[in-house]
Amino acid sequence: MLNFFRNKRGFQLFGLLGPGALWILLFFNLPILIVLFISFVERGRAGSIRIPPVYTLDNYSQLFNACSSEFAGPECDPLLYLGIFGHSVRIGLVVTLWCILLGYPLSYFISKQRQVWRDALMILVIIPFWTNFLVRTYALKQVLATEGLLNSFMMNIGLINQPLDLLFNEFAVVVGLVYGYLPFAILPMYASIEKFDHTLMEAAADLGASPVRSFLRVMLPLTMPGVVAALVLVFVPVVGAFITPDIMGGGKIEMIGTLINRQFGVSRNWPFGSAMSLMLMLLVLIGVIAYFRSSTEETRRAM
Amino acid sequence: MPNEFAVEMQDVVKKFATPEGGILAAVNHVTMQIKDGEFFSLLGPSGCGKTTSLRMIAGFELPTDGKILIHGKDMSQVPAFQRPVNTVFQQYALFPHMTVEQNIEFGLQMKGVQRAERSRRVSEALDMVRLPGMEMRRPKQLSGGQQQRIALARALINKPEVLLLDEPLGALDLKLRKEMQLELKTLQREVGITFIYVTHDQEEALTMSDRIAVMSKGVALQIDKPDEIYERPATKFVADFIGETNFLDGVVRGQNGSIVDVELPGTGIVQVESGRTFTNGQAASLAVRPEKLSLNSELKEGNNIKGRVEEVIYIGTDTHYGVRFPGGQKARVRAQNITQARRVIATTGDEVTVSFTRTSPRLLTE
Repeated sequence: MLNFFRNKRGFQLFGLLGPGALWILLFFNLPILIVLFISFVERGRAGSIRIPPVYTLDNYSQLFNACSSEFAGPECDPLLYLGIFGHSVRIGLVVTLWCILLGYPLSYFISKQRQVWRDALMILVIIPFWTNFLVRTYALKQVLATEGLLNSFMMNIGLINQPLDLLFNEFAVVVGLVYGYLPFAILPMYASIEKFDHTLMEAAADLGASPVRSFLRVMLPLTMPGVVAALVLVFVPVVGAFITPDIMGGGKIEMIGTLINRQFGVSRNWPFGSAMSLMLMLLVLIGVIAYFRSSTEETRRAM
Repeated sequence: MPNEFAVEMQDVVKKFATPEGGILAAVNHVTMQIKDGEFFSLLGPSGCGKTTSLRMIAGFELPTDGKILIHGKDMSQVPAFQRPVNTVFQQYALFPHMTVEQNIEFGLQMKGVQRAERSRRVSEALDMVRLPGMEMRRPKQLSGGQQQRIALARALINKPEVLLLDEPLGALDLKLRKEMQLELKTLQREVGITFIYVTHDQEEALTMSDRIAVMSKGVALQIDKPDEIYERPATKFVADFIGETNFLDGVVRGQNGSIVDVELPGTGIVQVESGRTFTNGQAASLAVRPEKLSLNSELKEGNNIKGRVEEVIYIGTDTHYGVRFPGGQKARVRAQNITQARRVIATTGDEVTVSFTRTSPRLLTE
């Protein structure tokens, strides 16, 4: 270690990497360890944890059997929490799918424009980031509300006779999440598609492949790295999202994020919230690793 | 009975919108007929419309006007993937995520050919391009020349009615280029498929082609055999683009049958044979190749004009003499160094006689 610092190069490296590493250590790794610790202790009476700590596995067992909680009523559903996990994963997949389905053609379209237009369109994709996420979500709520823009418009042009229930349901949550995370899908896919050599599509057509087959056999595999990046960038935050399901779901749509949020808020159950956070991390980690395992070969080849 | 022509372009026009908002006719009323089994080259400088023409035959671009027929069938509006032609691309366009085998069998796979048949034909194709056993390689692991051959195999395995080649040798170094030129020509004779070859390299076109279309600014100026194009260029552009040419500008002073009297200002009247009819006073240029001029060996029957040597360049096989005529015009004379010792006909500053037969120059007005 001392040798490391005597070496000038080592010192430079430390100077460059040190601050960032320290930051991650202090504000990322350490908190996770704290969360890990809290997840294995009993809750305190007024919230937080019991001091001195009493170690327990109850927080985890409660996840798999909701009725093991001290507050469980007689008609409790033991699979309540697992159900919410499953539901969140499903919403995550649906949102990711929509982001990719909408983002891919858009990225393709943008990549085909002339340089000036490309830059302008990419700025349009990024601009929403400049507005606060909450504000945007509330704005979208106004669009979908019963007396909102969309309903009024559709009634005015005579498409519908009475307003549709567009808000406070899973549809609204999915719309909100797709709206919020679409740019995260577009950016990496655009980067991949822009690099794609379009003469390869001509080559495929020349060899007798219809446009659909050319896309599936040539363009999609070669732009897969961008699609995979989009998938990870959208799926991971969406599974844990809590603001959007809260606002767009009106408290009726429960997702892991809203559930965890509640444990640290009104429910004052830090240990259970911590246990769920770690389960979520584990779930996402396993999912992502599994995906990379199955697709690296193809992805590596594409790159 | 199969049509005599592999490809016919009938009055084809292709217009593009330019970035500045204008309209550019990349191909402007081109008509040509390419015979079955022919090695046909589209030759011209960049932007002359040769690649656009090729892309329209391939189906990557659709003509704005006119018709494209392949073996008599109108293909003008048929998409690329349904045309009986295959292309060898300039940068090869091999699929980087596939092996050599997967690349080559792609076309057969699209046609639904069975796996066993496919792999048999792939190894045949690899033998044909002299790269046997390369099936499992990836394009990235191959040299430029090898990629070129794989691209060729990938196209030819489909037994296309016409093979289109878009400057396929452009990325190769000179030595490999020469090799591939001969190889391509041999291959074309063996497989008997019509080749349409786009190039800006006149030597390449002359070496390989049965016929050449010289293009400029979207127009096919001359479509002919290589020797005809060289010996009897139809326009000044063709004469200038193919090989080296001296242009001597003059005015027509009379015509007697096929013999035309042309006055070269400051030099006098010369006589040139031409199949065309000229009017007196018409401006015309004599286009004459440097090797068709001779120095200080006067012809009894022909033209002998005086000039002064301005430069002498010895280039090994030949010596080039730059001669200036009294009217101020210049010509280059090429003399082969046939005898062993370097034979100096003239040195700088010498007064010389430049001679040429009546049939040597082409008399061109445009």
